[in-house]
Amino acid sequence: MSAPSPTTTTGAAGGTGVGARLLLEARALVKRYGRVTALDGADFALRAGEILAVVGDNGAGKSSLIRALSGAIVPDAGEIRLDGRPVRFRSPIDARRAGIETVYQDLAVAPAMTIAENLFLGRELRRPGLAGRLLRLLDRPRMVRESERHLAELGVVVRSPTQPVETLSGGQRQAVAVARGAAFARLVVIMDEPTAALGVRESAMVLDLVRRVRDRGLSVVVISHDIPHVFELADRIHVARLGRRVAVLDPRRVAMRDVVAVMTGALAADELPPDALA
Amino acid sequence: MVVGVLAIGQTLVILTAGVDLSCGMAMALGQVVMTRLAVESGVSVPGAVALGLLATTLVGLLNGALVTLVRLPPFIVTLGTLNIAFAATQLYSDAQTVTELPASLVALGGTFPLAGTPVMHGVGVMLALYLLAWYALRHTAAGRHVYAVGGAPEAARLSGIRVGRVLVGVYALAGLLYGVAALLAVARTGVGDPNAGQSENLDTVTAVVLGGTSLFGGRGLVLGSLVGALIVGVFRNGLTLMGVSSVYQVLITGVLVIVAVAADQLSRRGAR
Repeated sequence: MSAPSPTTTTGAAGGTGVGARLLLEARALVKRYGRVTALDGADFALRAGEILAVVGDNGAGKSSLIRALSGAIVPDAGEIRLDGRPVRFRSPIDARRAGIETVYQDLAVAPAMTIAENLFLGRELRRPGLAGRLLRLLDRPRMVRESERHLAELGVVVRSPTQPVETLSGGQRQAVAVARGAAFARLVVIMDEPTAALGVRESAMVLDLVRRVRDRGLSVVVISHDIPHVFELADRIHVARLGRRVAVLDPRRVAMRDVVAVMTGALAADELPPDALA
Repeated sequence: MVVGVLAIGQTLVILTAGVDLSCGMAMALGQVVMTRLAVESGVSVPGAVALGLLATTLVGLLNGALVTLVRLPPFIVTLGTLNIAFAATQLYSDAQTVTELPASLVALGGTFPLAGTPVMHGVGVMLALYLLAWYALRHTAAGRHVYAVGGAPEAARLSGIRVGRVLVGVYALAGLLYGVAALLAVARTGVGDPNAGQSENLDTVTAVVLGGTSLFGGRGLVLGSLVGALIVGVFRNGLTLMGVSSVYQVLITGVLVIVAVAADQLSRRGAR
């Protein structure tokens, strides 16, 4: 296992102006489960340094889309490009190696283990030299120090990285999960419902955290049901419906109810004013 | 000592939120395999021991494969292999105790003096194994993965840990440890006993739970199991010295395991 060097920036210019580089793209993705078509030619585009929200009704194909981008499923057809180069992810590990980290919805942390252990779970650091190679001795002090640094950089406040995750509140746990993604991602962090099941204050904390992740130069994809949170957070909104992308909207130029209308099919994207499209 | 070594394997399995009911019977199988091969089949002692260890490891591998590949509950799998190992032991030994063992097979039953008291070499082996298990569980990534797999299997999987591999490894390693326990039991008693392991089976679970390891997985310390094994051992010895008949001993250890599990259960509930 190579020592992970958590990147702080990829040199992507922040901001989402027209002409921003496309970092992660998908074209005409298809995924069928028996007779059910989850993805029916879905497109996707994430610009460098932006927060892209993916919204859609249940069954719109947003989780299948995200799972394809994070390597959790392999699409039947279509193409994914990372930084212009075609990629094929056969497992989440492939996607992770390519620089894409995913923060899963169900608070994917081990409660009995410490914050530092959770941050480094599956990519533990070993002591240098013989102790690490031969005795496989873990470098606990370094993992604790680096955890402290990552958490501080993202403004996540915890008593100590050596406290068990189960002693944290739901929001803090989510913050640890997000920090873990941000610490190891080189290009993209995908977050599945990061504010689900959180109270108002805790949600605000996590939303802040997501912004800081972007401000460090990473590109962020957020799947959410919570339209107000999406408006607070997103630079652009990708609307999924019936296994396709039906519109990409600009949250500064579109009303929440119009987003919902496009999501549910009550309104077609071309019925919106042209400047609402992003 | 024998329960102590068995309890290391049992701890590993319980940390993954499983339980290994086959442990005592695997040990009995190991005993008759190594003794019969050495005494009746003319296999060299090291060869016989190696094959005995292999036999118990195979029981562990079977457990691990069924738990991960067929996704059966560990309780059911090991209940099945308990019976399979018991039957295999009886068939292979014709239900006869193997005696007149070569001296080198029981060498670990020899003693060395420690502060004037004779201590069996086997105790040294047990303590060394505990240290090794403690180090592996606490200070290596593989050890931490055992905890992660037991406490939060989904989080472990999403973190890129190969959960199946960890589980198979744990059950196989537990099997190997039961083989070592078989060797120690043979050394101590001087015979290969096909009916061994029947009281030890549940004693290991008692020892592990008394030692503070949660039956729900992901929490616990292997050194706690050493303390638990000592408690169980002292308890049994004390009852024997007090002249309590073995039926009551069984009764009392039965109560003890329930009390220990109940205490575990209640303390977790309190923590939430």
